[in-house]
Amino acid sequence: MYSFDIERPTSVADAVAALADEDAQALGGGQTLIPTLKQRLAMPSKLVSLSGISEMKGISQAGDSLTIGGGSTHGAVAAGAGAYPALAALAGGIGDPAVRNRGTIGGSLANNDPSACYPAAALGSGATIVTNAREIAADDYFQGMFTTALDEGEIVTAVTFPIPEKAAYVKFEQPASRFALVGVFVAKFADGVRVAVTGASEEGVFRWTEAEAALSADFSADALAGLSLSGDGMIGDLHGTGAYRAHLVAVMTKRAVAAAG
Amino acid sequence: MTKVTMTVNGKSVSGDVAGNRLLVEFLREDLRMTGTHVGCDTSQCGACVVHVNGEAVKSCTMFAAEADGADVATIEGQAAADGTLNTIQQAFQDYHGLQCGFCTPGMVMSAAALLKDNPKPTEAEVRDYLEGNICRCTGYHNIVRAIMAASGQDVPAVAAE
Ligand SMILES: Cc1cc2nc3c(=O)[nH]c(=O)nc-3n(C[C@H](O)[C@H](O)[C@H](O)COP(=O)(O)OP(=O)(O)OC[C@H]3O[C@@H](n4cnc5c(N)ncnc54)[C@H](O)[C@@H]3O)c2cc1C
Ligand code: FES
Ligand code: FES
Repeated sequence: MYSFDIERPTSVADAVAALADEDAQALGGGQTLIPTLKQRLAMPSKLVSLSGISEMKGISQAGDSLTIGGGSTHGAVAAGAGAYPALAALAGGIGDPAVRNRGTIGGSLANNDPSACYPAAALGSGATIVTNAREIAADDYFQGMFTTALDEGEIVTAVTFPIPEKAAYVKFEQPASRFALVGVFVAKFADGVRVAVTGASEEGVFRWTEAEAALSADFSADALAGLSLSGDGMIGDLHGTGAYRAHLVAVMTKRAVAAAG
Repeated sequence: MTKVTMTVNGKSVSGDVAGNRLLVEFLREDLRMTGTHVGCDTSQCGACVVHVNGEAVKSCTMFAAEADGADVATIEGQAAADGTLNTIQQAFQDYHGLQCGFCTPGMVMSAAALLKDNPKPTEAEVRDYLEGNICRCTGYHNIVRAIMAASGQDVPAVAAE
């Protein structure tokens, strides 16, 4: 690692001020950033640790929506998001227990890894990403692999999820990394169904609109019969070709619908 | 350099650390407590698992500065002062839950975290919880048996018998 200083502010306002310095970078749980620093792929002058900011932690329900602090760990969401069981289950399936005790929802959404789980939940639920400066709809937030609508120094302070009638996330794990080789989040709301796919596309998480239309008319795995995606633009690597991932998307979507019940 | 103070196995310790000092480096190199191992340094293997404020974390993927003020528990604090092994350690010995022993500190600390939250786990829950702890020797069966025994439950007969 290159050398850098660490600051540990206790409020969002202090963190925003600390991040205004040139080459300062936010540190969430470090489960992605620390490995990146070890590989010398980043050279911040200063890390601003968000883990001591209590206003960024906690889970609260208001009517049909659940708001999760951006600094909440995956373990905290797995244990505390019972009002939205599919989301709690997704959080409990990320990595392993020690990773879940550090990694945060804000860090995962800021990073927007094309194989990460939370982007599928946020896009599939039509969540709102709340930052220190504004609120961003999930449909506008994800802008391609590792790219989001966040500005330099902007902090994800919370995420608000509308709670659907039914939902499920099914991931086909890449066994070595435990990330999703393909993961599909399906959520049924009173006004329609959303289907978000992670792990598959070179553009990062995306909505499978044909499946959404079919499922909005008939919420059953059978409604997806005959629907398929092209392998063009899908990630191809040693774990699977683009065509294989496209096939997996259809299979995982059916399984997610069945799991949602 | 930042001054950090934390409790490690019940004792208050402090030191000056650079921002990029990892918790595991602070434990092993500054405190000379080499029971916590580094297998991969990439948060895959779990040999470096310690408890920070009661939660299992990979100490190779956390900065020492972030443990300032924390309560840290490592493998060195598991046995009694006179060397008597704790229940989990004794079960690892009784059930041959280790061979080379490199993964063992992390396995024992993960097992302790599991049993604190879930005192009577099923065999499947034990295996699931150990997802982030890699052992290249035992094939896991005897580790699982040891943890089942440590939880006071029947020990499954497995192929490795
Ligand atoms: C062994 C292992 C297995 C894993 N398996 C999975 C998996 O199955 N599925 C999955 O989705 N993920 C997985 N992960 C990744 C894990 O979920 C990370 O915790 C997550 O991607 C990053 O969150 P973090 O809080 O650790 O962020 P960090 O690593 O601290 O930061 C990541 C990036 O986000 C920025 N950042 C952090 N917090 C904020 C914030 N609040 N606002 C703005 N920017 C911020 C940082 O500056 C950095 O650029 C795994 C990781 C490991 C080590
Ligand atoms: S050394 Fe930390 S997980 Fe392997
Ligand atoms: S006993 Fe050798 S790695 Fe587990």
